[in-house]
Amino acid sequence: MAATMALPARSSAGSRLRRFVFSQEGILLIAIVVLFVAVGAYNQRFLSANNLSTIFLGNAYIAVAAIGMSMVIVSGNIDVSVGSLIGVLATISGTIAVSGLPLWLAWTLPILAGMAISAVSGWLVAYLRVPSIVVTLGMLSILKGGLISVTEGAWINNLPEGYHLAQLRPLGVPMAVWFMIVLTALAAFWMRYSGFGRSIYAVGGNAEAARLAGIDRARTVFIVFVIHGFFAGVAAILFATQLSVIQSTVPPNLELTVITASVVGGVSILGGTGTVIGSTLAAILIAAIGSSLVFINVSPYWLRAVQGLLILLTVLADLARRRKRARHR
Amino acid sequence: MASAVAAPGHQDRYAGLKRHEVILLFVLIAAIAVLAFRSEQFLTTGNLLNQGRLLVEVGLMALPMTFIIITGGIDLSVGSIMGLCAILLGVFWQKLGLPLGAAIALAILMGALAGFVNGWFITRVGVPPLIMTLATLALYRGLAEGISQARSVRGYPDWFFGLGQGELWGVPTQIWLLLFFFVISAIVLTYTTFGRSLYAIGNNEVAARFSGIPVDRIKIAIYTMSGLMAGLAAWVFVSRVSTTRSDMGTGLELDVITAVVLGGTSIFGGTGTILGTALGVVLIQLLKNGLALSGVKGDGTIVVIGVILILSILLSDLLRRQRGAEH
Repeated sequence: MAATMALPARSSAGSRLRRFVFSQEGILLIAIVVLFVAVGAYNQRFLSANNLSTIFLGNAYIAVAAIGMSMVIVSGNIDVSVGSLIGVLATISGTIAVSGLPLWLAWTLPILAGMAISAVSGWLVAYLRVPSIVVTLGMLSILKGGLISVTEGAWINNLPEGYHLAQLRPLGVPMAVWFMIVLTALAAFWMRYSGFGRSIYAVGGNAEAARLAGIDRARTVFIVFVIHGFFAGVAAILFATQLSVIQSTVPPNLELTVITASVVGGVSILGGTGTVIGSTLAAILIAAIGSSLVFINVSPYWLRAVQGLLILLTVLADLARRRKRARHR
Repeated sequence: MASAVAAPGHQDRYAGLKRHEVILLFVLIAAIAVLAFRSEQFLTTGNLLNQGRLLVEVGLMALPMTFIIITGGIDLSVGSIMGLCAILLGVFWQKLGLPLGAAIALAILMGALAGFVNGWFITRVGVPPLIMTLATLALYRGLAEGISQARSVRGYPDWFFGLGQGELWGVPTQIWLLLFFFVISAIVLTYTTFGRSLYAIGNNEVAARFSGIPVDRIKIAIYTMSGLMAGLAAWVFVSRVSTTRSDMGTGLELDVITAVVLGGTSIFGGTGTILGTALGVVLIQLLKNGLALSGVKGDGTIVVIGVILILSILLSDLLRRQRGAEH
């Protein structure tokens, strides 16, 4: 049921435009434009190339992580360990880079490690039927505690030249932003048109209908977690290579920011709907809000409260929309 | 799903519960024996009383969490509510100039209000508990950070530390507080209509509703209680560590949920006891302490908690399936 709703019906250009404007993606795009114009008018330095670069380069990895998170949430699950996972994978990448091994290993092995770790969570959720919140809550503390006790909080310095993948600028645009755009486009296309992509919606939207349609729920959920591990790995590489030192601790509350991006992007936390284009737009919006607080003289300590409020409002809007739809039926 | 899992009849459920607590008791005794063997400091009255002091905050929050998980819900925001209440306590007293007693009472009330907001949205608007409390996990922590601007409050008068650092009849004061609420919660859960209704809701919410149980009112009550106890825990905590900071209680929801689940409360709802939760709280604190004494650093112990959380769910699932196969 929910799966078919995500597909717009064929219609005239005018009603298509109207539908886009009122879709989550449309609302987010308008919000981003309004925010940039309003804050830019208040304080022009907000629109300086330097600040825009900071917003996009510094937060592209969150958008990338939110792609995988969106798939997990669409499938009706959640992963609260993604922040710790990114911290662990970034440290693995940095350690490989300073060990003298070829750089391409520092860029690829963490991705494989991410897929392997996430596969463990996925296996527990999919085949042993442990609720994802419990599995990933446990995983959060295992990864976080493990990372700090292995590294003892030491920073990784002396990263070799050429390691900083995210800072490369092909065509003048930071590599991290390229990754964000290309991966979002690929994932959006894949989720919408591939058979497996559709089955993620089916499993999250109506598990029983999915079963009757011959979709293997456990296998789908397991693979979604592995793919999520891939995106966490890429996010970790972008995170690690945008900095000159890697702090061997988990960025605080990163998982909340990633989940916020997915939820505010229109991925229904009830499962079954949402797109990764929305989550990427939401990641940009959240980053822009965070940056704008400084420019409009609001203490950045309010950022987390704003995030919490955003999640709450989006979830309420989602519930209201669902109820309206149910009434129309 | 929850109803299918908790299908076994009335009598089997009690047999199973007893078994879980007996197992837990054996594990506890075994853990104490091993730890006593590994470190001489472990099995001393001083150390054990001190560990008792340290587990009170988690213990206070684990009691209403048991109620909530029995109904098939969850509250991820308790750590944040505790942080918010700690900040409010300090701000009410130092910035607003309220008498300290009034500031404490008001901060605890705000905790109850924070819990009420969770419960209200969960029941009246229909937001799933996981999502609602995840949102308020961010929101309440954000409010704590915003209100405090990451500045700590200190300089409390001496009498304020009596609860967190003092002793009563040779036992740390806050342990009496925990024991009091422990007994009350156990009685409420076992002998009152309210307590029995929690099991009914967890086993089959629709059936509970049709049986005339005021499901929504009960749910609002338990989430409010959860906030209230988080506020109380904040008071104990600030009194114990002497200062107020906005990051207090970060990640504490993990300890609380782990203790409850380890205590035999099914994460799918429908089963669980306060005694089990108490054993879970004690076991986790002793493991933390034992590991620290045998040289594992503080962060290493949270790895163990994570592993215990996952293993205890797998184990209880396995036991349940075996029991299902027997019948």
